Amino acid sequence: MKTRLLSGLLMLMVCVSAVAATPDMPRYRWENFTTANGLPDNHVFNVLVDGNRIWAATENGLALYEDGKWKVFTPADGLAHRAVLSLAVDKRTGDVWAATMGGLSRISAGRIDTFNQLNSGLSNDVVYGVAVQGDFIWTATAAGASRYNTRTGQWSLFNERNTPMYEIWTYAVTVGSDKIYYAVWGGGVLEYDLKTERWKDYNDPDGETEIVLFKDQGLIHEITTSVSYVDKILWVATYFGDSRYDGRNWHNFLTKDSGLPSNFTNQVKAIDANRAWFSTDKGLAYYDGTNWAVYRPNLKTGAPEMYVRDVDGNITNITVDTAPAHNYILGVDFQGDDIWVATAKGLSHGIRQK
Amino acid sequence: MVVGCMAMALAIGLLVFAKSAKAKPDSDEARYLSPREMVLSLDGRWLYVMCESSDEVRVVATQHGNVVKTVAVGHEPRGIVLSSDGTHLYVANSWDDTVSEIDTAKLKVTRTLPTGFEPNGVAVDREGKTLYVANRLSNDISVVNLADGQEIKRLAAGRGASYLTPSPDGKLLYATHVYPKIGKHRTAPESEVTVIDTQKQVVVDRKQLHNVAGVFHTATSSDGKLVVSAQLRPKNLVPLAHVEHGWAFGDSLAIFGDGVNGVVQIPLDELERYVAMPYAVAITPDNKKLYVSSSGSEVVTVVDIQKMIGYVQTTKGPIANDLSASANYVLTRIPVGRNPKGLVLSRDGTKLFVANRMDDSISVIDTSNDVVVSTMGLGGKPDMTSLRRGEQLFYSSRFAFQGQFSCANCHIDSTFDGLQWDLEPDGFGVDIVDNRSIEDLGGTEPFKWNGGNPNMATECGPRTEKFFYRSQSYNSAELADLVTYVMALPYRPNRYRLPGGELTMSQERGKAIFERTANKRGQPIPETNQCGYCHSGAKYTNTKQTDVGSGKPTDRSPLVDVPQLPNVAYSAPYLHDGSAKSMEEIWTVFNPHDTHGVTNDLQKDELNDLIEYLRTL
Repeated sequence: MKTRLLSGLLMLMVCVSAVAATPDMPRYRWENFTTANGLPDNHVFNVLVDGNRIWAATENGLALYEDGKWKVFTPADGLAHRAVLSLAVDKRTGDVWAATMGGLSRISAGRIDTFNQLNSGLSNDVVYGVAVQGDFIWTATAAGASRYNTRTGQWSLFNERNTPMYEIWTYAVTVGSDKIYYAVWGGGVLEYDLKTERWKDYNDPDGETEIVLFKDQGLIHEITTSVSYVDKILWVATYFGDSRYDGRNWHNFLTKDSGLPSNFTNQVKAIDANRAWFSTDKGLAYYDGTNWAVYRPNLKTGAPEMYVRDVDGNITNITVDTAPAHNYILGVDFQGDDIWVATAKGLSHGIRQK
Repeated sequence: MVVGCMAMALAIGLLVFAKSAKAKPDSDEARYLSPREMVLSLDGRWLYVMCESSDEVRVVATQHGNVVKTVAVGHEPRGIVLSSDGTHLYVANSWDDTVSEIDTAKLKVTRTLPTGFEPNGVAVDREGKTLYVANRLSNDISVVNLADGQEIKRLAAGRGASYLTPSPDGKLLYATHVYPKIGKHRTAPESEVTVIDTQKQVVVDRKQLHNVAGVFHTATSSDGKLVVSAQLRPKNLVPLAHVEHGWAFGDSLAIFGDGVNGVVQIPLDELERYVAMPYAVAITPDNKKLYVSSSGSEVVTVVDIQKMIGYVQTTKGPIANDLSASANYVLTRIPVGRNPKGLVLSRDGTKLFVANRMDDSISVIDTSNDVVVSTMGLGGKPDMTSLRRGEQLFYSSRFAFQGQFSCANCHIDSTFDGLQWDLEPDGFGVDIVDNRSIEDLGGTEPFKWNGGNPNMATECGPRTEKFFYRSQSYNSAELADLVTYVMALPYRPNRYRLPGGELTMSQERGKAIFERTANKRGQPIPETNQCGYCHSGAKYTNTKQTDVGSGKPTDRSPLVDVPQLPNVAYSAPYLHDGSAKSMEEIWTVFNPHDTHGVTNDLQKDELNDLIEYLRTL
């Protein structure tokens, strides 16, 4: 009896120790939206949270979720193209800007105004990214960057002739109080200084497209897909890992030495200087500056899965009942403690449990 | 304090005149005033009359009708509002892109606030903290923090944003627009009432107005449940020459609110009697009557609101084109002065003030019996010049068949209407023409899209008589006056030039493209296909007719008169028939064979540079 008691106590201590060692990472109950419950298409490229309104950029229209109902905007309503790739909101006016495969659209109190390469100064109809900086709308297009002045209607184009952009396939754009950053697919990162109005580029120092030779000496790879600039920290997503740059030092993330479930990253979205979310082809990853958490349906079984990787590389599986709609994640946005996730097979609402 | 200031002003006989606007021909001290908008002081003793031609606000004692003070403001003022505490007036100076803030106690301009392009309407929130300005040329609404005078943001409005009306509780603001949206070519015009939430300071709704182009003032009932806007329904898709078979413009109201299903449009016209260009709307405090000024017809129409709502509720099908409808709710038409514009009701609703813009006077209507009881002269130039007579003619509809419309119907505020018209009786859809700007026309003859009219007398005389008015129209003296006025219309300020007149780098690059003689491969461009060949001289037109490949199968000839280019930035859509929705489309869509200048070798940013330069002209 005494032996059994001691054994029990020992077991309890081990368990407590194990539990205490697992970092406390955010947990969610996932609610998923598909065409079965109102989404116009399951392929969701991007999601935008604007207060209580959720905008989903899908392959077949722009969907607005409000008061428990979906409303869909299509080219018949004036949308530039059915395939919507990226979204941004002007928080001052409430206008939503949609980057599409056929131009740029502004959705303002239900009215849609469309700008394309034929009717406006937009550089190209294939618009991958959009961001709002005061009165300026910055776009990332297949033919360089465009800036639209909403007050004067003037367009400024940035390309290989007036920037260090040797590849004009701009893929994403993000704005900060002092800088604009572009992810250039195959061309690294471009930085625009709002004060000096000068451009600067950041490239992969090893110049290798398939391997990483110089890991923390610069941008991880030239094929960049996303940029996020928060608290003067630049985060970059590529198809070959991710990078963090503090203006002086680079730190790169690869699956082999981080909690990233995949190096193939579609989007990075930072919360602050240390925390960020990574949308990969093998799940959604959260990095709190030390530890990682991954949320996804199991890649083989499809069963809901969450695991945590601590600073030492220890992995703990967390029992969960729900998961994002698919492991191929394209983007996220935040609604208070909740998170909304765009996936290749639906839109997911992560409702924070703890 | 106010009284003291007034007395002092009277004692010294102070009259302050603003400096005259560019190219205004009457620059001597006594000038025409053109009262356009008015507001009443909170105590009802003073009527603040904004005078468009003299760039001033005249303060009128309502009891006696005397002008007691004149306050100079900026150029071409178009809108005025009184703060809810009555301490400040705000006046939109449309040519200066500013708002003048006037202290009503001192009757002096205390601040000048920046706005967007060509500010027209102004509104202040109830707390007096935020100013809203409708900018006609930048198609947006400035939100200005009155604490520091800084513009916080711009809200996207419709095209030609011009008039702002708050709801009685101040929570909403209704914006209307003088130009229709630029939509698909040869489709019915569309406009909107833009609804702004003044707490959130964002646009929350856009009431769609189908088949509507110009929309002017809005009024709300005292309980805010009924909203009424004055509007024009143009019939621009059928030949205007058929005016005697139908009518060219539906002078009408758009109404929405409680008891109205959606937005309903109702006519003000009646069979064989038209009330051209409805402009201002006023609703009595008891919500029983509604007054509408018809700026082309020299009348104020009185509507019984209960009958109007009842008719709307009980009538099946669209009402807007039923000329028998107005008999069900129009009580009477009150003759007033020339070009009646702004309306103001006294706070008790017993008096209605009407600004007779072309008479420099104010009609006072007793609302108990709806008759004019007095007319208050505002002063100004006593004798009539040819130019002023011409201006009066321009804004009068009495020359058109059944008084249906005036020059100003299509040339709103002497500009354009943003519409494409089928003018002549040559078959439906033949020779479609975009309405051109009429600024500073001297030296641009001949006129008409194909250069068919050698001079303005032909344009305004026989052509107008035959194709537009379908009536005997003007006599020779009147025609001379009208031509004098039209030919004296000045350019509006260009907003794309830097203050010193120099060009930006982009504009410089665009200028080089405009003036180039060789394409990017170094091959010479034939002289006749260089931009500057056709667009030459001070007005950027060689006044010739040429084929630039923009002709349509429905055009009788591919030759088009080379248009002048100054202020071309304002007058979209483009090409002779308005088929190019933007300047870009002139070349990206309608110049596939380099027949309208050589542009197909240009990169997109180079085309943008060219357009940036053209905007400065």
